Amino acid sequence: MATRPYRRKRYWNEPTLTWYERAYIFEIVRGLAITGGIFTRNMWRWMTGRKGALTTYYPEETRWDYAAANRGKHVLTQRPDGSPQCIACNMCATVCPAKVIEIEAAFDPDDPAHPKYPARFEIDYSRCIFCGFCVEACPEDAIRMVKEVPDLPSEDRRRMWITRDELLNWKPQRDVAKPYPPRGGTKEPA
Amino acid sequence: MIQDLVVHGAFIAYAIAVLMGFGTILTWVERKQAAVMSDRIGANRAYFRIPFTQVKLVWLGLFHGMADGLKLLLKEDFKPRTYDWYAYAVAPWVVFTPVLLVFAVIPFGGQLLPGTLFPPLADWFGDRSYVMQIARLDAGLLIVFAFGGMTVIGAMLAGWSSANKFSLLGALRAGSQMISYELVLGLTVLGLILVYGTVDLTDIVRQQSGVMLGVLPAWGIVFQPFAAVLFLTAAIAENKRIPFDLPEAESELIAGYFTEYSAMKMGLFMFAEFIEIAIIGALFTTLFLGGYNLPFLTDAGFVFPGGHMVAMSHGAVVVTQLLTFLAKVFVVCSFQILVRWSLPRFRYDQVLHFAWKFMFPLALANLVVTAVVMWSFAGGQ
Repeated sequence: MATRPYRRKRYWNEPTLTWYERAYIFEIVRGLAITGGIFTRNMWRWMTGRKGALTTYYPEETRWDYAAANRGKHVLTQRPDGSPQCIACNMCATVCPAKVIEIEAAFDPDDPAHPKYPARFEIDYSRCIFCGFCVEACPEDAIRMVKEVPDLPSEDRRRMWITRDELLNWKPQRDVAKPYPPRGGTKEPA
Repeated sequence: MIQDLVVHGAFIAYAIAVLMGFGTILTWVERKQAAVMSDRIGANRAYFRIPFTQVKLVWLGLFHGMADGLKLLLKEDFKPRTYDWYAYAVAPWVVFTPVLLVFAVIPFGGQLLPGTLFPPLADWFGDRSYVMQIARLDAGLLIVFAFGGMTVIGAMLAGWSSANKFSLLGALRAGSQMISYELVLGLTVLGLILVYGTVDLTDIVRQQSGVMLGVLPAWGIVFQPFAAVLFLTAAIAENKRIPFDLPEAESELIAGYFTEYSAMKMGLFMFAEFIEIAIIGALFTTLFLGGYNLPFLTDAGFVFPGGHMVAMSHGAVVVTQLLTFLAKVFVVCSFQILVRWSLPRFRYDQVLHFAWKFMFPLALANLVVTAVVMWSFAGGQ
C-alpha cells in the first residue's frame, strides 16, 4: 500500500505574513509598545487621582450600566408621615415561593385607619429568588422592587437578612405609595 | 582585620535584605503591573486590622504577598511516595542557593570609605577603602555563569526525584532549554569581555563610569546594543518565564518539574524565580547599564562638562550610588514583567529553534563583528 506523503491543506484565506511580521522582533516591539503604553496611560490616571481601570469595586460601587428594569432589592413604601404603608396582612409572605419573608404584626391603637402594622419585616436574601410575586400580591402598594442590589456579601448566611429599618430606607419624593384610603373614596376614616 | 569583617558583614546583610526585599516586592509588583496593563485593579483585599479598632490597612494590596507566604508556610507539606526522598528534599535548595550566591560578585556601589562616613569611628577604620561588593573576584563573570548553570541541576533533580511523568517532562524541557540558552548567554557576554578586556565585574563597572562624545553615558548598552537585547532574551529564557515557560507550562504539564512540590518547597521555587528576576536585573545593570554609575557622577559629586560642579559629601555619593543601582535593577525587573504579560508562550520546538537557529548565530555574528572592530581599533595586531 503506497502512502502518499502528508501535504498540508491550503486554505483560500490562509494568513500570509510579510517579512516584517515574520521577523517577529518588530512585532514584539510593537506589542510591548502597546502594553507599555496602556500601562503608562493607566498609571498616569491612577497618579492623577482618577481610576485607571475598568473594574468596579464590587460591594462598594454600583455599576453605572445597571439595567433600569433590574429588580435587585425590595423596599417598603411609606406614608407621608413616615410610617410604613404595610398593613402586615401577610399576603406577600403567603405567596412567596421561597418562603423568605417573615412578618410580625403589631397593633397600633392610635391609628384607627390602619391599626395593624409590621413590627418586624424581614427578608432572607440568601434564599430570595427575586420573582416579584410579593410586589404583585401586595394590596397596599407597600412593597416594591428597585434596581439596586442589597449590600450583602457575607461569610455567614444569617447575616443575609434585611430588616424593616433597612427596607424603609427608601424615601422617594415623587412616586410615593398610593394613599389609603384612596382619595375621593367612600371610606373616610372616622 | 576585624574592620574588614564588620564591613563585609554589613555588605552581606545589605545584599540579603535587597534580594529578599526584591523577591517579596516583585510578587506584588508583578500582580499590580499586570493589572494596570490590562485595565484592572489587581489584588487589593488583604488587610491588616489594627487591633481593637476598625482601622484596616490595605496599602494597595501589599499584604497579599504576606498572606501568600503565610499560606505556603501553613500548608501541609505533601510528599509523593518517591523512591528518592533525599534528592526530592534537596532540589529546591539547589535551585534557590545559587541564585542568591550570584549576587556575591555583583558590585552594588562604588568606593566606600567607612572612616569618612562615620567620623566617630575614623581612627578605628583608618583610611581603609572598600568596593561595595561582597566578594571581589577576578573571575566574577565566570562565577556568575558557574552558579547560573547549577540551577539546571536543581530543576533536573526535582523532576527526576518526583517520580512523576509531568515532572520528568518538565525537567527534560528545563534541562535542554536552559543549557541552550546558557550558551547564548555566554556568547553574548563574550563580546562584552572583548570590549572591556576583563571578567572582573568591579572593573567592568568602573570602565562604564565616564561619558563618551560629550553626553552619551559610556554604558555597555551603547557599545553592545545587540548583545544587550540578546542577553536579556536569553536571561528570561534561562529564568523560564513566560515567553519561554515551557518547563512549567501549566496547560500541558500542570506545573512542570515542581508538580509534586507543595507548601514552602514550592514556595522556594517560586521565590527563587522572583529573586532571579532581580538577579537578572542586577546583572544586566552591571554589564550594560553602567552599574551604580550615573553620567557625570564622580566620587566628589557631579562634574558637568561646562565646568560646573555640584560637590557632594562622601555619604551622599554612597547613597546616590546605592539608590541608582536599585533604581536601575527595578527598571529592568519591571521590563521583564512587561515582557511576561505581553507575549504568548512559544511552542517547544520554536523555543529550541529560536535558541539554536536565531539567537546563537546572531550572538556569534555579534562576537565576530566586535572582535573585528576591536582588532582594527587596536591597530590590527
